[in-house]
Amino acid sequence: MSREEIFEKIQEVLDDALGVDEDEVTPGASLTADLGAESIDFLDIVFRLEKTFDFKISQGELFPEGLTDNEEWVTDGKLTDAGLSMLRERMKHVDFDAFGASDRDISKIGDLITVNSLVNFVEIKLAS
Amino acid sequence: MRWMWIDCILEHEADSRLVAIKNVSLAEEHLHDHLVDGKPIMPFSLMIEGMAQTAGIIVGSTSGFKEKVILAKIAKATLDCDVTVGDTIRYDATIEHIDTAGAKTMGIIDRRIAGGDAWERIGKVELLFSHIDNNMAGVSFPEHNFVFSDNFKMILDTAGLSGLAEV
Repeated sequence: MSREEIFEKIQEVLDDALGVDEDEVTPGASLTADLGAESIDFLDIVFRLEKTFDFKISQGELFPEGLTDNEEWVTDGKLTDAGLSMLRERMKHVDFDAFGASDRDISKIGDLITVNSLVNFVEIKLAS
Repeated sequence: MRWMWIDCILEHEADSRLVAIKNVSLAEEHLHDHLVDGKPIMPFSLMIEGMAQTAGIIVGSTSGFKEKVILAKIAKATLDCDVTVGDTIRYDATIEHIDTAGAKTMGIIDRRIAGGDAWERIGKVELLFSHIDNNMAGVSFPEHNFVFSDNFKMILDTAGLSGLAEV
Protein backbone atom coordinates (compact mmCIF):
# COMPACT_ATOMS: atom_id res chain seq x y z
CA MET A 1 0.00 0.00 0.00
CA SER A 2 1.42 3.40 -0.95
CA ARG A 3 1.87 6.21 1.54
CA GLU A 4 -0.81 8.19 -0.28
CA GLU A 5 -3.29 5.31 0.03
CA ILE A 6 -2.50 5.02 3.75
CA PHE A 7 -3.08 8.76 4.15
CA GLU A 8 -6.47 8.56 2.41
CA LYS A 9 -7.59 5.71 4.66
CA ILE A 10 -6.44 7.62 7.74
CA GLN A 11 -8.44 10.61 6.55
CA GLU A 12 -11.54 8.39 6.56
CA VAL A 13 -10.66 6.97 9.99
CA LEU A 14 -10.31 10.45 11.50
CA ASP A 15 -13.40 11.68 9.70
CA ASP A 16 -15.42 8.88 11.35
CA ALA A 17 -13.72 8.98 14.77
CA LEU A 18 -13.55 12.74 15.28
CA GLY A 19 -16.30 14.04 13.01
CA VAL A 20 -13.86 16.32 11.18
CA ASP A 21 -13.92 17.14 7.49
CA GLU A 22 -11.37 15.37 5.35
CA ASP A 23 -9.83 18.68 4.27
CA GLU A 24 -9.01 19.42 7.93
CA VAL A 25 -6.97 16.22 8.06
CA THR A 26 -3.68 17.57 6.72
CA PRO A 27 -0.36 15.75 7.31
CA GLY A 28 0.80 18.28 9.87
CA ALA A 29 -2.48 18.46 11.84
CA SER A 30 -2.12 17.48 15.50
CA LEU A 31 -4.85 15.10 16.68
CA THR A 32 -5.40 16.95 19.95
CA ALA A 33 -4.46 20.56 19.22
CA ASP A 34 -5.93 20.83 15.70
CA LEU A 35 -8.54 18.07 15.39
CA GLY A 36 -9.90 18.18 18.96
CA ALA A 37 -9.21 14.55 19.90
CA GLU A 38 -9.63 13.59 23.56
CA SER A 39 -8.18 10.56 25.34
CA ILE A 40 -11.19 8.34 24.59
CA ASP A 41 -10.92 9.25 20.91
CA PHE A 42 -7.47 7.64 20.88
CA LEU A 43 -9.08 4.32 21.82
CA ASP A 44 -11.62 4.79 19.03
CA ILE A 45 -8.82 5.60 16.56
CA VAL A 46 -6.84 2.51 17.64
CA PHE A 47 -9.88 0.25 17.06
CA ARG A 48 -10.59 1.82 13.67
CA LEU A 49 -6.96 1.55 12.53
CA GLU A 50 -6.88 -2.13 13.55
CA LYS A 51 -10.02 -2.79 11.55
CA THR A 52 -8.97 -0.73 8.53
CA PHE A 53 -5.43 -2.11 8.22
CA ASP A 54 -6.00 -5.56 9.76
CA PHE A 55 -3.27 -5.53 12.41
CA LYS A 56 -3.16 -5.44 16.21
CA ILE A 57 -1.97 -2.42 18.17
CA SER A 58 -0.71 -2.97 21.72
CA GLN A 59 -1.63 -0.50 24.45
CA GLY A 60 0.92 2.32 24.48
CA GLU A 61 2.30 1.39 21.06
CA LEU A 62 0.71 4.22 19.10
CA PHE A 63 0.23 6.91 21.74
CA PRO A 64 2.50 7.58 24.74
CA GLU A 65 0.98 6.26 27.98
CA GLY A 66 1.99 5.91 31.62
CA LEU A 67 4.94 8.30 31.31
CA THR A 68 4.28 10.11 34.57
CA ASP A 69 4.35 6.82 36.51
CA ASN A 70 8.12 6.70 36.11
CA GLU A 71 10.27 9.47 37.65
CA GLU A 72 13.15 8.45 35.46
CA TRP A 73 11.11 9.56 32.45
CA VAL A 74 9.25 12.57 33.81
CA THR A 75 10.46 14.90 36.58
CA ASP A 76 8.61 18.05 37.66
CA GLY A 77 6.31 17.77 34.66
CA LYS A 78 9.18 17.70 32.17
CA LEU A 79 10.33 14.83 30.00
CA THR A 80 13.88 13.79 30.99
CA ASP A 81 16.67 12.79 28.61
CA ALA A 82 16.03 9.15 29.55
CA GLY A 83 12.33 9.60 28.82
CA LEU A 84 13.08 11.16 25.46
CA SER A 85 15.47 8.35 24.52
CA MET A 86 12.89 5.75 25.55
CA LEU A 87 10.17 7.41 23.46
CA ARG A 88 12.46 7.77 20.43
CA GLU A 89 13.25 4.08 20.66
CA ARG A 90 9.65 2.91 21.19
CA MET A 91 7.79 5.38 18.98
CA LYS A 92 9.72 5.71 15.78
CA HIS A 93 6.63 7.07 14.03
CA VAL A 94 6.71 10.33 16.03
CA ASP A 95 9.03 13.27 15.38
CA PHE A 96 10.38 14.30 18.80
CA ASP A 97 13.04 16.75 17.56
CA ALA A 98 11.18 20.01 18.21
CA PHE A 99 9.79 18.72 21.52
CA GLY A 100 13.27 17.65 22.66
CA ALA A 101 14.58 21.15 22.00
CA SER A 102 11.64 22.83 23.78
CA ASP A 103 10.84 23.04 27.50
CA ARG A 104 9.57 19.41 27.24
CA ASP A 105 6.32 20.15 29.08
CA ILE A 106 4.74 16.67 29.40
CA SER A 107 1.22 18.07 29.16
CA LYS A 108 1.95 19.02 25.55
CA ILE A 109 3.32 15.68 24.44
CA GLY A 110 -0.04 14.58 23.04
CA ASP A 111 0.22 17.41 20.50
CA LEU A 112 3.10 15.54 18.84
CA ILE A 113 0.74 12.92 17.48
CA THR A 114 -0.02 14.25 14.04
CA VAL A 115 -1.73 12.79 11.01
CA ASN A 116 1.72 12.28 9.56
CA SER A 117 2.81 10.24 12.59
CA LEU A 118 -0.23 7.98 12.11
CA VAL A 119 0.78 7.47 8.47
CA ASN A 120 4.35 6.67 9.61
CA PHE A 121 2.97 4.22 12.19
CA VAL A 122 0.84 2.35 9.67
CA GLU A 123 3.68 2.29 7.15
CA ILE A 124 6.05 0.78 9.75
CA LYS A 125 3.44 -1.76 10.92
CA LEU A 126 2.60 -2.90 7.40
CA ALA A 127 6.29 -3.29 6.57
CA SER A 128 7.06 -5.39 9.67
CA MET B 1 -30.51 3.27 42.58
CA ARG B 2 -29.64 3.15 38.92
CA TRP B 3 -32.54 3.70 36.55
CA MET B 4 -32.76 0.76 34.17
CA TRP B 5 -33.86 1.35 30.58
CA ILE B 6 -34.23 -2.29 29.60
CA ASP B 7 -36.87 -4.67 30.94
CA CYS B 8 -35.45 -8.07 30.15
CA ILE B 9 -32.86 -9.99 28.17
CA LEU B 10 -34.10 -12.10 25.25
CA GLU B 11 -30.91 -13.55 23.79
CA HIS B 12 -27.33 -14.01 24.90
CA GLU B 13 -24.33 -15.24 22.93
CA ALA B 14 -21.33 -15.55 25.24
CA ASP B 15 -18.73 -12.76 24.91
CA SER B 16 -20.37 -11.55 21.73
CA ARG B 17 -24.02 -10.46 21.61
CA LEU B 18 -26.94 -9.53 23.84
CA VAL B 19 -30.52 -8.70 22.92
CA ALA B 20 -32.85 -6.92 25.35
CA ILE B 21 -36.26 -5.30 25.13
CA LYS B 22 -38.08 -2.40 26.68
CA ASN B 23 -41.82 -1.94 26.79
CA VAL B 24 -42.74 1.73 26.61
CA SER B 25 -45.47 2.54 29.12
CA LEU B 26 -47.52 5.63 29.86
CA ALA B 27 -46.77 4.92 33.53
CA GLU B 28 -43.31 6.39 32.91
CA GLU B 29 -43.50 9.99 34.08
CA HIS B 30 -40.87 11.32 31.70
CA LEU B 31 -43.17 10.58 28.75
CA HIS B 32 -45.73 13.06 30.08
CA ASP B 33 -43.18 15.81 29.50
CA HIS B 34 -41.84 14.67 26.16
CA LEU B 35 -44.58 15.28 23.63
CA VAL B 36 -44.47 15.78 19.87
CA ASP B 37 -47.74 17.16 18.48
CA GLY B 38 -49.36 16.10 21.75
CA LYS B 39 -48.13 12.51 21.45
CA PRO B 40 -45.77 11.04 24.07
CA ILE B 41 -42.47 10.08 22.43
CA MET B 42 -39.66 8.03 23.92
CA PRO B 43 -36.60 10.34 24.04
CA PHE B 44 -33.79 9.10 21.77
CA SER B 45 -31.26 9.90 24.51
CA LEU B 46 -32.94 7.30 26.75
CA MET B 47 -32.94 4.78 23.92
CA ILE B 48 -29.21 5.32 23.60
CA GLU B 49 -28.97 4.67 27.35
CA GLY B 50 -31.00 1.47 26.85
CA MET B 51 -28.56 0.37 24.18
CA ALA B 52 -25.64 1.34 26.43
CA GLN B 53 -27.04 -0.84 29.23
CA THR B 54 -27.57 -3.76 26.84
CA ALA B 55 -24.11 -3.41 25.31
CA GLY B 56 -22.56 -2.68 28.72
CA ILE B 57 -23.83 -6.01 30.05
CA ILE B 58 -22.28 -8.04 27.23
CA VAL B 59 -19.00 -6.11 27.51
CA GLY B 60 -18.97 -6.48 31.33
CA SER B 61 -19.81 -10.17 31.13
CA THR B 62 -16.56 -10.90 29.29
CA SER B 63 -14.70 -10.21 32.55
CA GLY B 64 -17.33 -11.64 34.89
CA PHE B 65 -18.31 -8.00 35.67
CA LYS B 66 -14.99 -7.43 37.42
CA GLU B 67 -13.97 -4.60 35.09
CA LYS B 68 -15.65 -1.22 35.50
CA VAL B 69 -17.22 -0.63 32.11
CA ILE B 70 -18.45 2.86 31.42
CA LEU B 71 -19.92 4.47 28.34
CA ALA B 72 -17.17 6.69 27.03
CA LYS B 73 -18.37 7.82 23.62
CA ILE B 74 -21.40 7.68 21.37
CA ALA B 75 -19.53 7.21 18.12
CA LYS B 76 -22.64 7.27 15.94
CA ALA B 77 -26.38 7.19 16.58
CA THR B 78 -29.24 7.33 14.10
CA LEU B 79 -32.98 6.93 14.58
CA ASP B 80 -35.43 6.88 11.68
CA CYS B 81 -38.77 7.18 13.46
CA ASP B 82 -40.44 7.83 16.79
CA VAL B 83 -41.36 5.31 19.46
CA THR B 84 -44.49 5.90 21.55
CA VAL B 85 -46.45 4.32 24.39
CA GLY B 86 -47.52 0.74 23.80
CA ASP B 87 -44.54 0.09 21.51
CA THR B 88 -41.71 -2.28 22.33
CA ILE B 89 -38.07 -1.47 21.67
CA ARG B 90 -35.51 -4.19 20.97
CA TYR B 91 -31.81 -3.51 21.52
CA ASP B 92 -29.44 -5.90 19.71
CA ALA B 93 -25.83 -5.24 20.76
CA THR B 94 -22.75 -6.95 19.34
CA ILE B 95 -19.15 -6.52 20.45
CA GLU B 96 -17.09 -5.39 17.47
CA HIS B 97 -13.83 -4.97 19.28
CA ILE B 98 -12.57 -5.49 22.83
CA ASP B 99 -9.23 -5.28 24.62
CA THR B 100 -7.83 -4.29 28.00
CA ALA B 101 -8.50 -0.58 27.43
CA GLY B 102 -12.12 -0.83 26.31
CA ALA B 103 -14.63 -2.08 23.82
CA LYS B 104 -16.61 -0.99 20.81
CA THR B 105 -20.13 -2.21 20.17
CA MET B 106 -22.55 -2.03 17.26
CA GLY B 107 -26.19 -1.85 18.17
CA ILE B 108 -29.40 -2.22 16.19
CA ILE B 109 -32.65 -0.73 17.44
CA ASP B 110 -35.91 -2.36 16.35
CA ARG B 111 -39.47 -1.31 17.12
CA ARG B 112 -42.68 -3.32 17.39
CA ILE B 113 -45.69 -1.07 17.36
CA ALA B 114 -48.56 -1.57 19.79
CA GLY B 115 -50.68 -4.55 18.75
CA GLY B 116 -48.28 -5.54 15.99
CA ASP B 117 -46.25 -8.70 15.46
CA ALA B 118 -43.45 -7.56 13.20
CA TRP B 119 -40.18 -5.93 14.21
CA GLU B 120 -39.04 -2.95 12.18
CA ARG B 121 -35.44 -1.69 12.15
CA ILE B 122 -35.41 1.95 13.18
CA GLY B 123 -31.92 2.83 14.30
CA LYS B 124 -28.23 2.10 14.82
CA VAL B 125 -26.00 3.05 17.73
CA GLU B 126 -22.24 2.64 17.76
CA LEU B 127 -20.74 2.93 21.25
CA LEU B 128 -17.33 2.99 22.83
CA PHE B 129 -16.80 1.73 26.37
CA SER B 130 -13.80 2.29 28.57
CA HIS B 131 -12.43 -0.23 31.03
CA ILE B 132 -11.77 2.73 33.27
CA ASP B 133 -9.12 1.15 35.46
CA ASN B 134 -7.03 0.92 32.29
CA ASN B 135 -7.99 4.31 30.87
CA MET B 136 -5.52 6.09 28.62
CA ALA B 137 -5.78 9.31 30.62
CA GLY B 138 -4.32 7.50 33.66
CA VAL B 139 -7.15 8.63 35.97
CA SER B 140 -7.78 6.52 39.12
CA PHE B 141 -11.26 5.33 40.19
CA PRO B 142 -12.63 3.71 43.40
CA GLU B 143 -11.81 0.04 43.86
CA HIS B 144 -15.38 -1.26 44.20
CA ASN B 145 -17.36 -1.83 41.02
CA PHE B 146 -19.96 0.96 41.09
CA VAL B 147 -21.10 0.28 37.53
CA PHE B 148 -22.85 -3.07 37.75
CA SER B 149 -25.33 -2.53 40.56
CA ASP B 150 -28.02 -4.81 42.01
CA ASN B 151 -30.40 -3.69 39.26
CA PHE B 152 -28.17 -5.25 36.64
CA LYS B 153 -27.98 -8.41 38.76
CA MET B 154 -31.79 -8.55 38.87
CA ILE B 155 -31.98 -8.40 35.08
CA LEU B 156 -29.38 -11.16 34.76
CA ASP B 157 -31.22 -13.29 37.36
CA THR B 158 -34.53 -12.85 35.54
CA ALA B 159 -32.95 -14.05 32.29
CA GLY B 160 -31.34 -17.04 34.00
CA LEU B 161 -27.91 -15.52 33.42
CA SER B 162 -26.80 -14.93 37.01
CA GLY B 163 -23.90 -17.32 36.41
CA LEU B 164 -22.26 -14.68 34.22
CA ALA B 165 -21.58 -12.56 37.30
CA GLU B 166 -19.98 -15.39 39.22
CA VAL B 167 -17.02 -16.07 36.95
